[in-house]
Amino acid sequence: MLRDMTIGQYYPVESPIHRLDPRTKFLGTIIYVVSLFLFKTFWGFLLAGGFLVMVTILAHIPPKYVLKGMRPMLFLLLFMMIFNLLLTPGEVIGEWWIFSVTKEGIYAALFMGLRLALLVLGSSLMTYTTTPNKLTSGMESVFGFLKVFKVPVHEMAMMISIALRFIPILLEETNKIMKAQQARGADFESGGPIKRAKALIPILVPLFVSSFRRAGELAEAMEARCYHGGDGRTKMKPLKYHKGDLIAYILLAGLVAGCIFIP
Amino acid sequence: MVNFDKVTFEYIRRDEEGNVESINKALDGIDLDVKKGDFIAILGANGSGKSTLARHINALLTPTEGTVYIEEMDTKDEDNLLNIRQKTGMVFQNPDNQIIASLVEEDVGFGPENIGIPTKEIWERVAFALEKVGMTAYREKSPNNLSGGQKQRVAIAGILAMKPECIVLDEPTAMLDPKGRREVIETITELNKKEGITIILITHYMTEVVGADKVYVMNGGNVKLSGTPREIFKEVDLLKEYKLDVPQVTEIAHRLRQQGIQLPDCILTVDELVAALGAGICL
Amino acid sequence: MSLILDKINYYYGKGTAFESAALKNISLAIPDGEFIGIIGHTGSGKSTLIQHMNGLIKADSGSIYYNGKDIYDKDFKMTDLRRKVGLVFQYPEHQLFEATVIKDVLFGPTNMGMDKLKAELAAYGALKAVGIGDDLIDASPFELSGGQKRRVAIAGVLAMSPEILVLDEPTAGLDPAGRTELLNLLKEIHETKGITVILVSHSMEDVAEYAERLIVIDEGEIKYDDEPRKVFAHADELRKMGLEIPQCTELMGKLADAGLNVDRSCLTVEEAVNSIIGAIS
Repeated sequence: MLRDMTIGQYYPVESPIHRLDPRTKFLGTIIYVVSLFLFKTFWGFLLAGGFLVMVTILAHIPPKYVLKGMRPMLFLLLFMMIFNLLLTPGEVIGEWWIFSVTKEGIYAALFMGLRLALLVLGSSLMTYTTTPNKLTSGMESVFGFLKVFKVPVHEMAMMISIALRFIPILLEETNKIMKAQQARGADFESGGPIKRAKALIPILVPLFVSSFRRAGELAEAMEARCYHGGDGRTKMKPLKYHKGDLIAYILLAGLVAGCIFIP
Repeated sequence: MVNFDKVTFEYIRRDEEGNVESINKALDGIDLDVKKGDFIAILGANGSGKSTLARHINALLTPTEGTVYIEEMDTKDEDNLLNIRQKTGMVFQNPDNQIIASLVEEDVGFGPENIGIPTKEIWERVAFALEKVGMTAYREKSPNNLSGGQKQRVAIAGILAMKPECIVLDEPTAMLDPKGRREVIETITELNKKEGITIILITHYMTEVVGADKVYVMNGGNVKLSGTPREIFKEVDLLKEYKLDVPQVTEIAHRLRQQGIQLPDCILTVDELVAALGAGICL
Repeated sequence: MSLILDKINYYYGKGTAFESAALKNISLAIPDGEFIGIIGHTGSGKSTLIQHMNGLIKADSGSIYYNGKDIYDKDFKMTDLRRKVGLVFQYPEHQLFEATVIKDVLFGPTNMGMDKLKAELAAYGALKAVGIGDDLIDASPFELSGGQKRRVAIAGVLAMSPEILVLDEPTAGLDPAGRTELLNLLKEIHETKGITVILVSHSMEDVAEYAERLIVIDEGEIKYDDEPRKVFAHADELRKMGLEIPQCTELMGKLADAGLNVDRSCLTVEEAVNSIIGAIS
């Protein structure tokens, strides 16, 4: 199951979206996310959803792969929907035990669920189509002005990029440690919450130890390759706007207009 | 190229109050002189100090006593740091923990970016380096989908892109299967022969050092033996004492000699022994 | 006490676009008391195969019988299998987690429901068998040397008193002396306790010297399952699979080709020396 996690992972294909400047995609993602919170009706979501479908198609990413990225969020999504469904006051249309389902509740559950789904799907598209290196370049550039306030923008960007590179490695490692402990009879499934939490120790301790070891080795390898922070660093892939970015900005302007005109 | 002058390195362990608890001499008065273009192998059991020695060559560690010079540059001088690291690249044991980027070409470009190479030249260097290790076809792939041997070749390319004069490899094949091991050894042998890059290979595998110009054997922080592979592998018993071994053919030849069979002094490869025994039969 | 794998198939990413066969129609019988070597390049499916042996991975089709009982049966107790088939993963020292060596070794036996006294006896016995002295049992496993950590981790599996001990590249990263020491230890455990040992290895020399039976996996299939000397007669095929033959065997082949009357199938230095002397004198 851990292996199936696709959220945050680059999907290496050639597409107009992949070619876009990361700054464009970054700003685009921000506009898209903000728009989701501005829309008050399903019409807005229809526009955002349409936008999402368009980008997915342009990005040549199989819809199945995109949807798979939702899987880790499914629990949260369901939880939120049920919460909204049962706890929204209004016109009661059904009752069960101490709960009552209202018309407003159904509406709120669908609305919130859709919003969260669109949010996760949209923002993961950003990481599917942008290599961590470009992603961090983009972030570094968009947030570059913060350097004036002594915010270590480069370092933070580098950290995120490395974290993204190591997610699959650490997931595989977790999987392996779990299996190794299961081979020694560890049981992660049965028992009450305390027993279950205790059962995690044999996984978490080795995972921490190995993460520290990896971090140490990685730091050493980076140092050996002359890494010394952002000063005097050049870029293999400097950010440059192309024609595609102009088109993208026009489309984004359309989305912004949608935010303003759609209630 | 690489020069060690009576280098000693101590790991000092301190307790919570900062008092010295124990001192462990990982290197104990090492002298070393590596010529440009040499293929050097360093053998030693776990804990013999060979990794510590490797880390001195590109200034990840600096000596407690004595001096390390990389082309006349003292590794203790902070101003030389980037220069030294550019000249002597380092490849580590675990392929996963030294690849930084999520795309092969971007990882190879990481070093040149750090030393401020102009964009256009980075691309040229990346193309050159990937070509040299035979990984051009994988330039836009994720490192996670490569085999161990391929990952190590990417790591070597990452060093090559910095145009080094020397590459230090710290047990680069320890985690690989036979095919991966062969790939890595063939790659570095070719870099040494064709590009004239100095190679310092640290390993546990005896068969990998047979082609080296010079072998150093370490034990307890000291260089115990040094010489050509032929001179080193003569010392079958001594090597075993240092928790090492000799290639199987060398051992077979050694034992045959003990049984009174006339053979040349030290046999290193299968073909040598076949030729030597064949000649014996003809006589 | 036998383990039988019958027509096992397993796919990675079942049901997705990335689906690929990891194991194809594997049939295998593991009777009592053998020392088996498994070789295959990284990604050939050997790790997937050994994880089927104690039920950590469930086959997509096919059956596994432990002492005649189907392990995929609803009533079958998987903990019994996990206890009887001890699996030591690659770099097992990375799974140590307890504060002391003895506590870590006790983890397995305790999980298996052994009572305290029995578990402790098993743990002490296992530590002794792997050569960890009494002075280290209360030490933190994180302070030991690499070789010691590995032996403690192996003891952690051994303490469950398995009948089959499966080890995935137990000698990776050890120096030559450490490798020999560990392999001799396994041989001793095999001989004195009568435990079946299954050794997955990248070292042809090691399996040649220690295994009585050698299984070659390539592309998820069993390519050879025979005595090592018969398997290593297929030098060209093995090289095509990214494997090698022991240097001794290569030498003897070439000597035989050169007209010397030696035994081509020699697997160890000892055998080779004797055969050459026999041929010359």
